[in-house]
Amino acid sequence: MAKPTTSLRTYALTRLALVLPMLWILLTLVFFMMRVAPGDPVTAALGGRLPEKELQDRRHAAGYDKPLIVQYVDYLGDVARLNFGTTITDDRPVTDVIIENGSATLELTFWAMVVALSVGIGLGLVAGRLRDSGADVSIRMFGIVVYAMPAFFLGFLAQLLFGERLGWLPTSGRASPEVQFLLPTHTHLYLIDAIIYGDWATFKDVVLHLILPATTLGLIIAGVLIRLVRVNVLQTMKGDYIEAARARGIDEKSVVYRHAFKNALVPVVTVLGLQVALLMSGAVLTETTFNWPGIGFELVRYLNNRDYIAVQGIITFFALIVIFISVLIDFVNAWIDPRVRY
Amino acid sequence: MASQLIARAGRAFGPVREARGVPRWIVWAGIVLTMLFVVMALTAPWISPYAFDQYQDASGQRFVKQQAPSSAHWFGTNVQSTDVMSRVIWGARTELKVVLFAVVVSLLVGLPLGLLSGYFGGPVDRVLVLIMDALFAFPYLLLAIVIAFLLSDKFGSGVATAAFAISAVYIPQYFRVVRNHVVSLREESYVEAARALGARPRTVIGRYVFQNVVQSVPVIATLNAADAILTLAALGFLGYGIQPTDAAEWGYDSSRALSDAGAGIWWTGLFPGMAIVLLVTGLTLLGEGLNDVLNPVLRRRKMEPVTLPPRAPQEDQG
Repeated sequence: MAKPTTSLRTYALTRLALVLPMLWILLTLVFFMMRVAPGDPVTAALGGRLPEKELQDRRHAAGYDKPLIVQYVDYLGDVARLNFGTTITDDRPVTDVIIENGSATLELTFWAMVVALSVGIGLGLVAGRLRDSGADVSIRMFGIVVYAMPAFFLGFLAQLLFGERLGWLPTSGRASPEVQFLLPTHTHLYLIDAIIYGDWATFKDVVLHLILPATTLGLIIAGVLIRLVRVNVLQTMKGDYIEAARARGIDEKSVVYRHAFKNALVPVVTVLGLQVALLMSGAVLTETTFNWPGIGFELVRYLNNRDYIAVQGIITFFALIVIFISVLIDFVNAWIDPRVRY
Repeated sequence: MASQLIARAGRAFGPVREARGVPRWIVWAGIVLTMLFVVMALTAPWISPYAFDQYQDASGQRFVKQQAPSSAHWFGTNVQSTDVMSRVIWGARTELKVVLFAVVVSLLVGLPLGLLSGYFGGPVDRVLVLIMDALFAFPYLLLAIVIAFLLSDKFGSGVATAAFAISAVYIPQYFRVVRNHVVSLREESYVEAARALGARPRTVIGRYVFQNVVQSVPVIATLNAADAILTLAALGFLGYGIQPTDAAEWGYDSSRALSDAGAGIWWTGLFPGMAIVLLVTGLTLLGEGLNDVLNPVLRRRKMEPVTLPPRAPQEDQG
């Protein structure tokens, strides 16, 4: 009953068609979750601080006096035009929040992923290769403990050791205040901005600020990767083609490196997609721990200020990212592994 | 009846006793660590030196704040002048209470939904799968924060709010695991046989499908409990968990300790943080170990030397 294999293009089109219901459901969930809350967003954020007349005007201007279903349709229309609303408390378009603070998050998560992939894949391969050896047990323990470690605790320890005790690394923000003030922003990615600016001291300052947050977040993701890569190596090593390769007299080294490891890493790509959820959640905690002005840090601030529109906008943006990445991962997967696209 | 139950429980622990090598160590390390915190939670009123919100001694003398560990305060005191050790011990009670509550709620909702959805299929199944997949893909902490944020407006920030916020994260997980399992079981020949014999769906689900699905629950529930502790601590850290006056919670204490790091005050953050790490590690080891021990695909038993019986006198085989 083998189904005929389809071309990559057909697969891509089918997959894209499936995005729409998922997108619609996520947006609907976000909208209604935010509106179940009592009262309207304007009163929640500013109630008691402005006269009733002013509140009413603002409610009217933002359309919160319209029926819910009209607001819902408006919301979907706005999202389609990539308009995520304007925050109530500081009157800032959410798109600006996404660009300015989102780039801080992007910078942090990118370097965290670099740390996670190098530590996670490296140690995972070693552990899988040397099953049940001392190295395997210690690496597994390391993976479990790192996974069990909340980002804020790892951050606390790092701040204590490298910040307070040794005084090697800064523990707060993306750059020193004077550097931040002088650095001209082109991309909002400080590392790239610093390279464009071409000043060595600035570049060094930015790198130093990045080390602790990126390592903290990266190690936490690495914990999951270690387990995953290890299990995949174990499963691959049981495969018939490994046996066959050995039987043909290929030496163990190249069986492991050329045959097993490559295949063991394919499923990792899929699971990497699921790690985005972990990465984003970890980013919120890491940003709060290190005062990193990313989008998670802003989200927490807006939550504390009861700014529903800002929260709704940021959450909507996260939903779009989640969908984008899951589609991306599926494409990559279909491209590497033809078995996926039947 | 009682002896039957004991025999049953004994059989359930059989694989744990039979386990050898690394899985055996993992399971036992998990059991010991987890039990440590369970005992701590149960005996908190007796073993804790002070109450979790106590900031003065019996004579009304306020504790010195941020005091380093001493004989009066083994783990020191924090910025609110409360005893760090007492908060760690009482925290075990809060953490386990919330997580137990959350895991039970998630199971009660996720398991039946997954069973029915997987067995009957159809449009309801498809819609449920879409919703659950959407929730599952969403960053779990953000989901929990938003739910806790919305619930706290109505119910205040207590154990129930935290537990429901966490359940919202785990219901989709149980649903997915159970549903996918049921879908694969539905086509098994023994299920088909039961259907062919005219068994009603209730019987088929209850006797054949449920019994099989429920096998994987202990492992998933243990691993999810570990995860749920982290989620609760994260909620507490961000200020959407349990209020400090209601109960001691490690995540909240960690957030207050963060500003101490710069001043070299290590004891306010180290102990609650260690408690989180140890409890989560314990539960993870328990779950992973159970998986290694119970899952026949991964299970490795000790190799027993086998002596073959001496050859019987030759018998001609026709």
